[in-house]
Amino acid sequence: MREVAIVAFGQTPNRRKELHRNDAEMVAPVVAELLKGAGLSRRDVDFTCSGSSDFLAGYSFSWVMAIDALGAWPPIQESHVEGEAAWALYEAWVKMLFMDEIEVALVYGFGRQSMTSPRDVMVLMNDPYLETPLWPDAISQAALQARALLDAGLCTERDFAEIAVRNLRHAEGNPLAQLSGRPDPDELLKAPTIASPLRKHDCPPITDGACAVLLAAGDRARALCRRPAWIRGLAHRIDVQALGRRDLTHSVSARLAAEAAGAIGTPIDIAELHAPFTPQDWILQRELGIAKRTIVNPSGGIHQGNPMMATGLVRFGEVAARIIRGEADRGVAHATQGPCLQQNMVCVLEAE
Amino acid sequence: MAETRKPVTTIKTPVAIHYNYSIGAGQSAFMRAIREGRILGVRCPDTGKVYVPPRLTSVETASPMTELVELPDRGVVYTYCIVNIKFYDQVLDIPYAYGYIVLDGADSAIMHLIQECPVEEMRPGMRVKAVWKDPKEWTESLENIRYFKPTGEPDLPIEQIMNEIRKKSYA
Repeated sequence: MREVAIVAFGQTPNRRKELHRNDAEMVAPVVAELLKGAGLSRRDVDFTCSGSSDFLAGYSFSWVMAIDALGAWPPIQESHVEGEAAWALYEAWVKMLFMDEIEVALVYGFGRQSMTSPRDVMVLMNDPYLETPLWPDAISQAALQARALLDAGLCTERDFAEIAVRNLRHAEGNPLAQLSGRPDPDELLKAPTIASPLRKHDCPPITDGACAVLLAAGDRARALCRRPAWIRGLAHRIDVQALGRRDLTHSVSARLAAEAAGAIGTPIDIAELHAPFTPQDWILQRELGIAKRTIVNPSGGIHQGNPMMATGLVRFGEVAARIIRGEADRGVAHATQGPCLQQNMVCVLEAE
Repeated sequence: MAETRKPVTTIKTPVAIHYNYSIGAGQSAFMRAIREGRILGVRCPDTGKVYVPPRLTSVETASPMTELVELPDRGVVYTYCIVNIKFYDQVLDIPYAYGYIVLDGADSAIMHLIQECPVEEMRPGMRVKAVWKDPKEWTESLENIRYFKPTGEPDLPIEQIMNEIRKKSYA
């Protein structure tokens, strides 16, 4: 089977509100800089794949406008996933495994949460007949999961706060971070709950942003990058949609994806977890078998910025960038979408 | 378990999501101008083509585009569609026409209503000009132009239109 690697990664700064650029205008400079950095022209890209959501953008075919920004003339080979951009990377990877004519692929994602209320937009992912009319917003659903963990005696609200503190401390080293700091967990726990038992620090920030990743196969990857981050395993699995049919204290799909990707029981230096809410970080660490020596969310994870629909792909980029820079040899990237970790993707990335 | 009653075929689930859409720098320039009754395009530095409304990067070359160009409110119909069906929330009486209008000096078309012309007389190549609302009603909207109407000038010959379109279609 062909070897495929991430050879470059770029992203916008994480901002609470991007007033001056629309979706396409956020994507264009990230892609331009990524290609320039790799010494490529846009004509060197054999396949382009993107991830975004019209529900978040508030208009139909929002991704087509983003393609316009790439200078897609003459017409290019491209595809799009209506969702988290990590799944666009998956599509590009599968195509590259089997199609020799794709040597270089561009994957990008973008989202502007600031234009609307994301916790309400996410309601529309639910069963439209039985659940959506009750309007279970995203934070309330995550709170159900958090409550299940607490009631099962598996962890405490302090565990959740400490996950937020860990992420914010790591974010201090991330120049693109929207939030960072060294809060005292005891102080955090004094805050009122938003949807009990979740407090503000348990929730992701609202972020506008975009990111892009460059994939290359075999020797082309070696030519483009001194130390490519090779994709050793990549898998995704999905749980049933109805929350009432799942044990919310576990994520079976995350575990199965991790097993299939080869992430379990192997040495992992760093892990970037796409856990929109702190209790989900706790669940993922257990399901992915994250060892004590592994540094979790060195970028600051979701707390430093959450450009929804790009944020899972950022996790891939953050792991790959550290391998490319020689700061890590082997890492795990995780992405999710759907309520309460419904869909999970796990990737093992490794230096040569 | 014999359920013989009629199945439920309809439920009502009202859904409302509100957006505050920020249109970005390119379209902001267009909206500020249209509020003053002006139409702006932008010129590609590589090809010289003028796109309306403006965008920040070239469709063909991905180069940044910064040179704004003011365009006249008249042009030529290059294709059109006659609406003959009724639909929910329809504002106009059928039949009526929508067209793609290439403003003089532009290389991309804008879509707008074409009125004051019987639909059976609609044709590509027809020269048209904008009919504006009262300036007191102008906002940041292309609806400041109520519609386009024929100018009565001679049509652009069909061969010339096809040449123009070929030239404009990036080939």
